[in-house]
Amino acid sequence: MMLLPELYMFLFSVFFLFLSVGKKEISLFTAARVLALVGFFVTLACAGARGDLFFGAYQVDFFSQVFKVLLSAGFTLVVFMFEKENEVENLPEYFMFLGFSTLGLMILVSSVELISIVVSLEISSFSLYAIVPLRKAQTRTQIEAAMKYLFFGAISTGIMLYGMGYLYGMAHSTYLADIMARFPQFLAQPLGVLAIILTLTAFFFKLSLFPLHFWAPDIYEGASDATTTFIATVPKIAATALLIRLAMLASSAPEQLATVIIVLAAFSMTIGNLVGLVQKDVKRLLAYSGIAHAGYLMMGLLSFNREGNAAVVYYIAVYLFMNLALFYVVMLLSRRGENVMINDLSGLARRSPLLALTLAVAAFSLAGIPPTGGFTGKFFLFVTAFKAGYLPIVIIAAVNTVLSIFYYLNLVRVSYSREPEEELRPLALAFHEKVLCYLFNIVIIYLGLIPFGLIDLFRDGM
Amino acid sequence: MSPYLTMNPFGFPILSTVIFLPLVGVFFILFLKDDSKIKTTAFVAGLLTLVISLILIFSFDVGTPRFQFAERLAWIPAYNINYVLGVDGISIMLIVLTAMISPLCVLCSWKAIEKRVKEFMICILLMETAMIGVFCALDFILFYFFWEAMLIPMYLLIAVWGGPNKDYASLKFFIYTLFGSVFLLVAIIALYLVNGTFSIPEAMFKGYSFTFQIWVFLAFAIAFAIKVPMFPFHTWLPAAHTEAPTAGSVLLASILLKMGTYGFMRFCLPIVPQASIYFAPFMIVLSIVGIIYGGFVCLSQTDMKKLIAYSSVAHMGFVTLGIFTFTVYGFMGAMLQMLNHGITTGALFLMVGIIYERTHSRQIYDNAGLGKFLPIYVGFFGLFAVSSFAFPGTNSFVGELYVLISTFARSRTAGFFAAVGAVVAAAYMLKLLKQIIWGREKRDIKDLNVREIVYLTPLAVFVLWVGLFPAPFVRVMETTLVRLFMQLNKLSQ
Repeated sequence: MMLLPELYMFLFSVFFLFLSVGKKEISLFTAARVLALVGFFVTLACAGARGDLFFGAYQVDFFSQVFKVLLSAGFTLVVFMFEKENEVENLPEYFMFLGFSTLGLMILVSSVELISIVVSLEISSFSLYAIVPLRKAQTRTQIEAAMKYLFFGAISTGIMLYGMGYLYGMAHSTYLADIMARFPQFLAQPLGVLAIILTLTAFFFKLSLFPLHFWAPDIYEGASDATTTFIATVPKIAATALLIRLAMLASSAPEQLATVIIVLAAFSMTIGNLVGLVQKDVKRLLAYSGIAHAGYLMMGLLSFNREGNAAVVYYIAVYLFMNLALFYVVMLLSRRGENVMINDLSGLARRSPLLALTLAVAAFSLAGIPPTGGFTGKFFLFVTAFKAGYLPIVIIAAVNTVLSIFYYLNLVRVSYSREPEEELRPLALAFHEKVLCYLFNIVIIYLGLIPFGLIDLFRDGM
Repeated sequence: MSPYLTMNPFGFPILSTVIFLPLVGVFFILFLKDDSKIKTTAFVAGLLTLVISLILIFSFDVGTPRFQFAERLAWIPAYNINYVLGVDGISIMLIVLTAMISPLCVLCSWKAIEKRVKEFMICILLMETAMIGVFCALDFILFYFFWEAMLIPMYLLIAVWGGPNKDYASLKFFIYTLFGSVFLLVAIIALYLVNGTFSIPEAMFKGYSFTFQIWVFLAFAIAFAIKVPMFPFHTWLPAAHTEAPTAGSVLLASILLKMGTYGFMRFCLPIVPQASIYFAPFMIVLSIVGIIYGGFVCLSQTDMKKLIAYSSVAHMGFVTLGIFTFTVYGFMGAMLQMLNHGITTGALFLMVGIIYERTHSRQIYDNAGLGKFLPIYVGFFGLFAVSSFAFPGTNSFVGELYVLISTFARSRTAGFFAAVGAVVAAAYMLKLLKQIIWGREKRDIKDLNVREIVYLTPLAVFVLWVGLFPAPFVRVMETTLVRLFMQLNKLSQ
């Protein structure tokens, strides 16, 4: 029962592995969707599981199960979202890699020991390295993206291992609990601070936090829409989970670390938003938006308490849905898999009112305008950071909200008030596409207006 | 129940009904396809809201300064955020004003809006919900939700149905307002951390430290000053007004601008009183600069809509002037002016919209010489124009008189300059009126039709009613304002 979600995900991947070598007679997409949906319900059913495994290296608790549900939801939605034959033309391996990557992330959120963290992180990353170049629409950019992702990823893992080496050397244990128990001693010496920061590098990389954000725009631009959607959402959830796990284990709020986080967060937001202003490619823009959002997320980690952690979890949940919604609009717009420029959005409100609405809701949510979930999530982050006494970062974030509205609003503006140069056909949406759009809209508004059940759940559980 | 609130005497949550009735209209509109049915539904929803708001004001108890018809539900208990509604003498009039203006906006767009009627009506109704919500909310976060949620439909009204320069105007409007709002949010969180609650009444007159008050005041003031708009934050206003469709301009002028001054009265004065008193001279100077600057800019306008937009800057200057004189008369004058500006300027924008539908130009020159051919139009226009520069017997006269009396009581210099501003107002409005009525050749333009007369009449009635017999209006707000004044007075001694 405890390992059921992971086992299921493993079997899911293996199933597609066998499909890739055998005859392909069944409909690939239908199979993937049905199986992914079942997987989501399996994960949901196992949300109540608690316990330790593998000599305490693997912890199944409320925290890990919440994140597994989120990961599984993200994975399932991504599988439901894309349909282009581009990436996966008779390529069951694509689903296999997606599945393995999610599996790795699921293991990661339960790992409380350095070696299992490394292993699970690599399971996830290697799958992603493989699928970044799978794209037919363009020939060069995705190879460049794949190379960059591989190199950046490998280097950040290397740095992490280096940091972990120090951690082990100082704590004589690979268990997070032991390491964090000696957290105050670590922070008393420069080497300890260095070790922790180096260890966090790999997660900052996944989150695309400054200064490890360089890969994001190129990979988002080069990889196919489906791959980008996955990379932009699901691994970030797991990386956040690990950061929260560390914050939970830390006994006290460390000053030095807080300063580092504040600086990184401030730069991340500001750079992300400023560079986002001048982007023309929607996916590139979303990469910078992701960098900025990584900065917002860090604000919640500053407080090192239950309330802050709950706020971060809430925000990452909202982030998942608002990002997926925006990427979905991009995917549906580029039926042939080409990159969508901002100008391509013009006239969207007339071509498909529903898509334009989805885009607007997602963009306003990313910008943090009520009554969307983006506002409520950001508000919780603001309150916790302010409560912990970090007013400057709250003000920086507030000003950044205004900066970001320029480009988010630009998306809405182009799709609502600009007419296309040549007359474009209306976009007809299939039934399940409409359902997904409505689902995204409803979830984003729901998270905005009715946070009480979820935020209480997170607060009590953390 | 907290001591600030009196329970709702009705068997149902009447304030929630007023707020969410337009949303019910939106729900029905979603399933309609036929344009005329959509318009009718929107109008009926607006009318029902008006009826309920009238029930509200007739059962309003003028004898108590407490918040009435209160409702309270837990919303986000983890952060002590509640769904609290209530109205007092400050907000009740503005709610009725909103409920009155919104159906008029539907009526005035009946013919003017041809494309995307459904979305347009949805936006108007969403605006109505958010606007009434702002005036009813007694919880900061609830307030902020409505305050910000309003931006989206208003943005769309300008960006989709606006004029040629709509891109620029809508973006500017959105960013200006949002910029102010984020500071408001930070101030709200700061107050929460001190009080442990987001309740607005519980944050009032708490005796915070002076430095804290200064910062909170500045954060509030930037949000509200942009919304009012006070000089020098007014530059979004002419652009937004000129490009917005008529209904958008009317909503903007009549209701949205009031939110800034409402914010000053509801938040700045009671929550950070010492800081308000400290900053009062600055606010008075800015108000007077706004009055005079607005007036002179109006003198040189050739676009009718722009002229009226700038006159808003001047008129709203009188409102903030009244608020920051810290006298009962000043408060009353400010409240009356909010109401009057809502009626008069809203009506003037409607008049511009009507003539624009006929001549497709907003230039004064193109619309000159209408006196002979459009007697009814010019009759209404004349009434609203003289009301705009506070001619005795019209509504603005009463409000401006109150404000001027209190200003003179506080500072003669300030009073002098405000009076100069009032004279300039007469100059530009009479100039406009003269050009519209006289001159030029015969034109082939139709006079007002029944629909237009129907939606202008209630505004005209209010102009004369408030002008000749303001007592009922004053009585509604008196208790609340006197109490506010006494509490402020107690502090400054």
